[in-house]
Amino acid sequence: MFIVKRILSLLFLLILLIAPGFVSAQNTPDPNTPDGLIKMIVADVMASVKADPEIQKGNIPRVVDLVEKKIVPYTDMRRTTQLAMGKNWGKATPEQQNQLITEFKSLLIRTYSGALSQLRDQTVQYKPFRANPSDTDVIVRTVVIGKSDPIPLDYRLEKTKDGWKVYDINIMGAWLIEAYRNQFTNQISQNGVDGLIKFLQERNATLAGKK
Amino acid sequence: MIGCASIPPGSEPSPHDPWESFNRSIFAFNEGLDEYLLKPVTKGYRFVLPKPAQQGIDNFFGNYRDIYTSANNLLQGNFSMAFSDLMRVVVNTIFGLGGFIDMATPGGLEKHKADFGQTFGVWGIPSGPYVVLPFFGPSNVRDTFGTAVDLETDYLFRLLPDVALRNSLTAVRVINARNNYYEAGDLLEGAAIDKYTFTRDAYIQRRQYQIDQAKEGQEAKPPVYENQYE
Repeated sequence: MFIVKRILSLLFLLILLIAPGFVSAQNTPDPNTPDGLIKMIVADVMASVKADPEIQKGNIPRVVDLVEKKIVPYTDMRRTTQLAMGKNWGKATPEQQNQLITEFKSLLIRTYSGALSQLRDQTVQYKPFRANPSDTDVIVRTVVIGKSDPIPLDYRLEKTKDGWKVYDINIMGAWLIEAYRNQFTNQISQNGVDGLIKFLQERNATLAGKK
Repeated sequence: MIGCASIPPGSEPSPHDPWESFNRSIFAFNEGLDEYLLKPVTKGYRFVLPKPAQQGIDNFFGNYRDIYTSANNLLQGNFSMAFSDLMRVVVNTIFGLGGFIDMATPGGLEKHKADFGQTFGVWGIPSGPYVVLPFFGPSNVRDTFGTAVDLETDYLFRLLPDVALRNSLTAVRVINARNNYYEAGDLLEGAAIDKYTFTRDAYIQRRQYQIDQAKEGQEAKPPVYENQYE
């Protein structure tokens, strides 16, 4: 028993030594800084998800509602869509552009809501934030720690006149815009801009009908 | 199933994927295998086994994988990570009932994942073209060799003397791996415009990101998008 206790205390000491980043300071985040903004949103959303039994049961419309209220105001979906469209953006009429933004946004919200509804006892760890005060395009890096492998989740933000806005996210190493660029290009070269809009509309309708 | 998958007309060839036509065939084969075999079996597994048992099994294989993660971190020159991964194995094997309970993560020892393909990348070996492997899925030339070394050195898969036990363990391991992205797989299905392209472009980015992250003191660079107008 004595030896077991010795080993245990030794191990505990080792854990403390090699995991200094684990105990993080709990300062109130400043939403005027990019990392502060992300911390505020994440804390708010996670608290809402965990406190809502309907969401835990998988009530997707309810999660969508939460995302619309608590996340979308801090995003710049116009820029996200524009960058995902690449050189095809200029080929779309302003009306088509607006349709694309609406449909792409809806697809992303639905996907994101599906992921959020699976949130249980995960915690979010923040990587050290490195940026100069003069930067207008920054990345806030986080890791979602749960029961299985940790999931890297990074946010790319841009400084606009209305404050910092998220326009791209990286899930497990893949940036969202980058992952959609070729898909958009292919769909447009096959069926044109209207073809892409129609595809997104139909997909959104299917996904909405599922739940 | 093979042969019916050709490149959709009008789609732009990717410089990373010169073997797209062949890759699409293998991708279609894997999709069929998943739809008719792996996913239904995994569904049964989820139905029969209670959640804590699934978690225990995942922890067990995760703990076993940590040995290889530790070795790869060592080969990549990430000594503190290699040591922390080794500590995870020690803690979980001794205090986590042989690995069925993950005591290390709540204790502050973060879990990592490293494999030989990533190690080769850290050493500076280029990825080569994108490849879809039968059964294993997305890969590239470098990672194909990496996967070969992963398998060759895998004790439970290759070297465990009891063949029946070895085969059963491999089966459970495959189902467990599928189970880990059961919900995420459905989400991907809904989010993809073209699943082949989506999977490929995400894989290529993800591997580069993992290699960049593994290089000491380096952070993965974000993509630069050329159309900054408007």
